[in-house]
Amino acid sequence: MTQYVGDVAALARKDLLLELRARDTLPAMLLFVLSALVVFHFALPDGSSRLAAGGLLWVAIVFTALLGLGRAFVAERDQRVLDGLILAPSDRSAIWLAKAVSVLAFLAAAEAIALPAFGLFFAPVSRATVAAVVLADLGIAAVGTLFSAMAAASRARELLLPLLFLPPMIPLVIGGVGATVAEAPARYLGFLAAYDALFAILCWASFEYVVTE
Amino acid sequence: MIRARGLERRFGEKRVLEGLDLDVAAGETLLVTGPNGAGKSTLLALLAGLLAPTRGEVDVTVDRAEIGYLAHEPLVYRELTPLENLDLYGRLYRVGERRERIGMLLERFGLWEARHERVSTFSRGTAQRLALCRVLLHEPALLLLDEPYSGLDAEASVLVDEELGAPKGSRTVVLATHDPARLEGLATQRLALA
Repeated sequence: MTQYVGDVAALARKDLLLELRARDTLPAMLLFVLSALVVFHFALPDGSSRLAAGGLLWVAIVFTALLGLGRAFVAERDQRVLDGLILAPSDRSAIWLAKAVSVLAFLAAAEAIALPAFGLFFAPVSRATVAAVVLADLGIAAVGTLFSAMAAASRARELLLPLLFLPPMIPLVIGGVGATVAEAPARYLGFLAAYDALFAILCWASFEYVVTE
Repeated sequence: MIRARGLERRFGEKRVLEGLDLDVAAGETLLVTGPNGAGKSTLLALLAGLLAPTRGEVDVTVDRAEIGYLAHEPLVYRELTPLENLDLYGRLYRVGERRERIGMLLERFGLWEARHERVSTFSRGTAQRLALCRVLLHEPALLLLDEPYSGLDAEASVLVDEELGAPKGSRTVVLATHDPARLEGLATQRLALA
């Protein structure tokens, strides 16, 4: 167990170091989410309900995540480094978990900008919305990392990733929007937590089969 | 250590290996030759477990922790330094006295001065030196080397000669090359792929 945690920490540290050096994922995510919210602000007619605004926040979050996930395995794909990692004796799920941790860190950074911007352009951000975003991030990182690894192995990766990633995001969007706009958000938050637990286990268990033939 | 029967691999309609039988005992050095596209790299990837055969079976008796695999690409991160790359692999391979081992390999392959430089600034030959450090880091029992001299200058090629020529107990080596002259003396078995 200690070795597993050590492997995850070493791999996640490497991902964060790569981003610190190359800066090719996080700045794009930050710019995208901010631009999307600005565009939504002007696109939404005056007097639109906060329900519509809440929906747009979740659209921005999902597509920002998609942008980041598209680059999640670029470093591994370019030099076939993934072959080197999967040959190592460490548990292969450690590669998925470490990558999910770094995706989660990038999402959290993007949302640290997105939520105040949403508050500025649309409506104050409730605690339930923050809780829903945190829970949704866990699910996005878990599922998105798995599909990003699958897409990275394909030539049509730019097409494949949205096709794989967006359908399983629908429950997260429903739960997220529900928690954002409902008077009693607890059951939506519970739904998001259940989604996270279920899909994290599925992705953790299936990653080995995704990266090996 | 390696046993393959009826090994075949297809990529779409293209058949790369056709019914290959292979036996390599511990301590042997197998030299795999053949023109481009004959299946040398595919065979090494099959032995490493990176590819699955389309038909037939392959049995490699060592654990993947004991395999050192040199591919066409160095399998290192371009935006990390040699020290950072080897430290990551050293952790994943549970290399004992990791820092000392990394330092020794970097010295030996002439990379010590460049240990803090990013791999993206390296020439093909320098990256190949680093790839060799990565492969040898955990002192593998089975070395799978795909064109180990690729991009290397005379000095580094001599280092590879020394590494392959030095007795290493029961270490098994599978070498793929389209230029076998340099390695002819090391081989205990030869396999020519058409």
